[in-house]
Amino acid sequence: MHELGITQNLLNLAVQYAEPAGARRITALHLVIGELSSVVDDSVRFYWEFLSQGTIAQGAALHFERIPATFECRDCGAVFPRNANFMCPACRSDRVQVKQGEEFYLKSIEVEE
Amino acid sequence: MPEIPVIRNIMSINDALAAAVRRQLDAAGVLALNIMASPGAGKTSVIMRTVETLKSEMTIAALDGDIATVDVEKIARTGIRVALINTGGNCHLDANMMTSALSSLDLTGVDLLLVENVGNLICPAAFELGTHYNVVIASVPEGDDKPYKYPAMYRGADVLLLNKIDMLPYQEFDLAYFRHGVEVLNPGLAFLPLSARTGEGFDAWLDWVRAAVARQRASIAPSGKPGVSQA
Repeated sequence: MHELGITQNLLNLAVQYAEPAGARRITALHLVIGELSSVVDDSVRFYWEFLSQGTIAQGAALHFERIPATFECRDCGAVFPRNANFMCPACRSDRVQVKQGEEFYLKSIEVEE
Repeated sequence: MPEIPVIRNIMSINDALAAAVRRQLDAAGVLALNIMASPGAGKTSVIMRTVETLKSEMTIAALDGDIATVDVEKIARTGIRVALINTGGNCHLDANMMTSALSSLDLTGVDLLLVENVGNLICPAAFELGTHYNVVIASVPEGDDKPYKYPAMYRGADVLLLNKIDMLPYQEFDLAYFRHGVEVLNPGLAFLPLSARTGEGFDAWLDWVRAAVARQRASIAPSGKPGVSQA
């Protein structure tokens, strides 16, 4: 249920950007969320429903762009999705590192002026 | 319909509060540790043993994020200053809770502040508190697959304690598998196996804490900020 705190941060951030732009309403938010961020879309939507009530973002649509977690092998350079043992499926090396999946940002908002 | 580019971390509002907490701690010359783990991994036991051993050489205070006062009462019996952050059922601490908790705790002369986060391996990793280091405690009975299941917690750690190593003979715990997961997520992470019950391995952890406190003192001392004794 950390999505409650996250959603509150999200709402504050959207309003912080909308108000100086003279927006009357926020109609949509575009989020970029990596798989390693442990955020559940449905849970954010659930909290968004009541947190946004009475604000200029009430009823705004949430669009999630999900970034899958990928790992990269430091030996053979293969890029592969998260697997159960964090090993390179191509060369069996254990020298792998996280390449992407930690993204966690608000990309843009759509507003009515 | 106009689109306004933002591109800001969603947690940037929490992070701004965390930065203010950090400035407050630095001004008081306090080194603060955010201690995170699942329930039962031994957060309170590690804190208790750390306090009992180090309280003769430095001034320690604690903040305990919890919904009950059980742990806070235990910690209070060690004689240090301690305050409860009642999370009201929330599953993590955040920078806002830290801000209000610090107003109820006298930091004068405090060298080390131990912040016990809520027992949970998911949420606490998302919220910066303004503390200087994230300490993650894993424990042998939890199993060796935790890094693979909760990568965010291990990505954000500055030091990792593996508690309850006295139970290794009785558990199927593949230390190499555990370490591999940690190393992939957080290369070079300080890794300290120990037992808060028997004290095995605990000296390495105490030395880590002493060194971190000394670094904090050294970084503050030259400017002559209040709350730091000039040795």
